[in-house]
Amino acid sequence: MKQHAKRKKIRLATAWLGGCSGCHMSLLDLDERLVDLFQAADLVYSPIADIKTFPEEVDVTLVEGAVANVDHLELAQQIRERSTIVVSFGDCAVTGNVTSLRNRLKVDDLLTKVYQEGPGKAPRGLEEDRIIPALIPKVLPLHQVIEVDAYVPGCPPEPDAIWEAVNALLHGAPVRLKQEMRYFG
Amino acid sequence: MGQTVTIDPVTRIEGHAKITIHLDDGGAVEDVRFHVTEFRGFEKFCEGRSFWEMPGITARICGICPVSHLMASAKAGDAILGVKIPPAAEKLRRLMNWAQYVQSHALSFFHLSAPDLLLGMESFPAARNIVGLIQAYPDVARNGIRLRQIGQEIIRILGGKSVHPSWTVPGGVRQPLSADDRDTIKRMLPDAFDIIEIALDLLKDSFESFAREIETYGNFPSLFAGLVTPDGGLEHYDGLFRVMDSDGKLLEEGIDPARYRSIIEEAVEPWSYLKFPYYKPLGYEDGAGMYRVGPLARINICDYIGTPRADRELRQFRRLGERGKPVASSFHYHYARLIEVLFALEKIEETLESDDITSTRVRSEAGVNQLVGIGVSEAPRGTLFHEYHVDENGILQKANLIVATGQNNLAMNRTVRQIAEAYITGGKPGEGLLNRLEHGIRMFDPCLSCSTHAVGQMDLQVTLVDRHGTVIDRLTR
Repeated sequence: MKQHAKRKKIRLATAWLGGCSGCHMSLLDLDERLVDLFQAADLVYSPIADIKTFPEEVDVTLVEGAVANVDHLELAQQIRERSTIVVSFGDCAVTGNVTSLRNRLKVDDLLTKVYQEGPGKAPRGLEEDRIIPALIPKVLPLHQVIEVDAYVPGCPPEPDAIWEAVNALLHGAPVRLKQEMRYFG
Repeated sequence: MGQTVTIDPVTRIEGHAKITIHLDDGGAVEDVRFHVTEFRGFEKFCEGRSFWEMPGITARICGICPVSHLMASAKAGDAILGVKIPPAAEKLRRLMNWAQYVQSHALSFFHLSAPDLLLGMESFPAARNIVGLIQAYPDVARNGIRLRQIGQEIIRILGGKSVHPSWTVPGGVRQPLSADDRDTIKRMLPDAFDIIEIALDLLKDSFESFAREIETYGNFPSLFAGLVTPDGGLEHYDGLFRVMDSDGKLLEEGIDPARYRSIIEEAVEPWSYLKFPYYKPLGYEDGAGMYRVGPLARINICDYIGTPRADRELRQFRRLGERGKPVASSFHYHYARLIEVLFALEKIEETLESDDITSTRVRSEAGVNQLVGIGVSEAPRGTLFHEYHVDENGILQKANLIVATGQNNLAMNRTVRQIAEAYITGGKPGEGLLNRLEHGIRMFDPCLSCSTHAVGQMDLQVTLVDRHGTVIDRLTR
C-alpha cells in the first residue's frame, strides 16, 4: 500500500452493534498489518477509539453485530447516511447468527424471566430516562435495516478474509472474496 | 436546577455502556452511575439446546474471552458426563487458557489502556488510541500487537482458530498437540518474555507520575474473591473459591465453587442491564457485600504464585499495600494483569515440557450421567460460573451464568463516583475528566458483551432509589 501514501487517506470506521466483538478481535488479528492499514486509513470511529458521535463523510464502515435495540437502529441509520460504503462484517451482521437466537422468545417474556421471576422492576429502557435502550422485538441482520454494500461472512471472518476485503476497499475496488473465504461459522 | 452529564458511549472498553453524572444545584457531584446498555439473553434462549452445543454457543457471548466460556462450559459438560478428563487434555486446556490470558491482558494493557498511560489521560481524544500509540510510540505499540498475537497464535495452533475455536468439548479436547506444533509454540516464548518485562518496567516507571490516580481511581476497601489452588496458590482453571476482606482476613478459606449460590446473590437496579452480585453473608446494603474479582483480586487473595519470576514480582506488588492487607487501589489492576501474563508464560513454558503433552488420549467418552453440571473457571476478568440443568437426553432445562464483570459492577460504580468526586470541583467537567472516568472503568477491563447474559435464578433484590439517594422501594423474591 506504500505507493498510495500520497493519496488522500481513507476515512475508515468500525462499529459494534449486537454481537460479541469477535469480529473486531479478528480485525485486530491482522497484527502487524494493522500498522500498514493505519498508514492508508484514518480510523475515525471505532470501539477502540474515543470518538463519541459517528462522523460525517466516512468512506468505509465495517459493522459488526446484528440490530437488537433502539440504539443499534439509530446508529445503523447514521452509519448509512454518513458512509459511502457499508460492510456487513461477520455472521451476526450478515444473518443475525447467535444474537438472533432470542427471536423465538417475546422480548417482554425474556426480560421478565431474566430480571423478575417474581415481583420486581426490570430495567427496560425506561421511556422517561432513555439511558438504557429498549430491545426491538426481533433481532435483525443489518441489511434488513439499511442498505449494505458488501458482506464479509464468518464467525468471525478470518483475518485473511478481512485483509482481502479491506484492501479492495482501500483501492476503491469491489469486495470479491475467494470461494474459500466465503463461509459461515 | 441540577444537571446531568452523560458519557455516551464509554469507549475503549469491551462492550456497550454509558456513564451519567448527576450534579446538584451547586455543581457538586450528587450521583454517578455506570450503565450497561447491552442485553442478549443467552441463558433463556439456550433452554432446549443440547449441553454438547453449549461450548460453541456460549463462546459467542464474548469474542475477547471465548476461551473462558469454552472452559467453564466444557467443565459443566464434564460434570454432566460424570467423567475425569485425560491428564493431557487438562494440560492442553490449561495451555489454551493461559494463552488467552496473554492475548486478553495484552489487549487490555496495550491496545486499550496504554494510550492513557503514555499519551496522557487528557491528551487529544482523536489520537488517544492504538493508532495514536503506533504513531507516538511505535515500539510500544508493536510490542503490544506482538504479545497479543503470540497469545492468539497459541490458541489457533491448539484449536484451529484464534476466535471461537471449537476444540474444548465435554470430556476433554478434540485434537491433541503435535510435537511440531509444540516446538513452534516454544519458539515464540522468548519474544513474549522480553515484551512482558518491558511492559512491567513501563508501568512501574509510571507509578510516580500517576500518584494521584493511584490514590483516587477505585481506591477503597472491598472484599476480594477468586479461585486458588488447594494450598493457596494462584489458579486460573480449577481450584477452590476464596473470599478475603479488606484487612486481609479470609472470610471463605476455600469452598467448592459448585456451592457458589450459598455465598453469592444478585441485585438488580432499574438503570442497568447488568446485575449487581454481592457477597450474601454481608448483604447488599451500603455496598457491604461488594467484592472485586479479576487480576487484582487473584493476586491479592493468593498466598503465593508458584513460578519464580512471577513470585519475584509478587513480592514487589505486596509492598504497594499496607502491611498484611490486600492492595486496595484499582489502578493496580494494570500491574496485577501484567504479573499474570508473566505467570502464564512461565506456566506455558513449563507445561510444554510435560512428557505427555503430545499424548493422543485427550477425550473421555460418556453419556449423560448427572442432571446438573456446574463449571467454574477464572476468566481474565474474574471468576466465571456456568450452571446447567439438563434432562436425561442432555437437553438444557435451565442455565445460569455469572460472569466476571457483573461481579465487579458495584466496585465499578464506586470507582466512577470516587473519580468524579475527586476531579469535579464545580460545574460541568471537561473532556479530560470524562476520559478519567472511562479509565476508571477500563482498569477493571470489563467485558460487557459477557456481562449482560447473566440470568439469575437466585434470590433477587430490586432497589429503587430517588434522586436524593433515598430508598423508596425494595422488592425481594
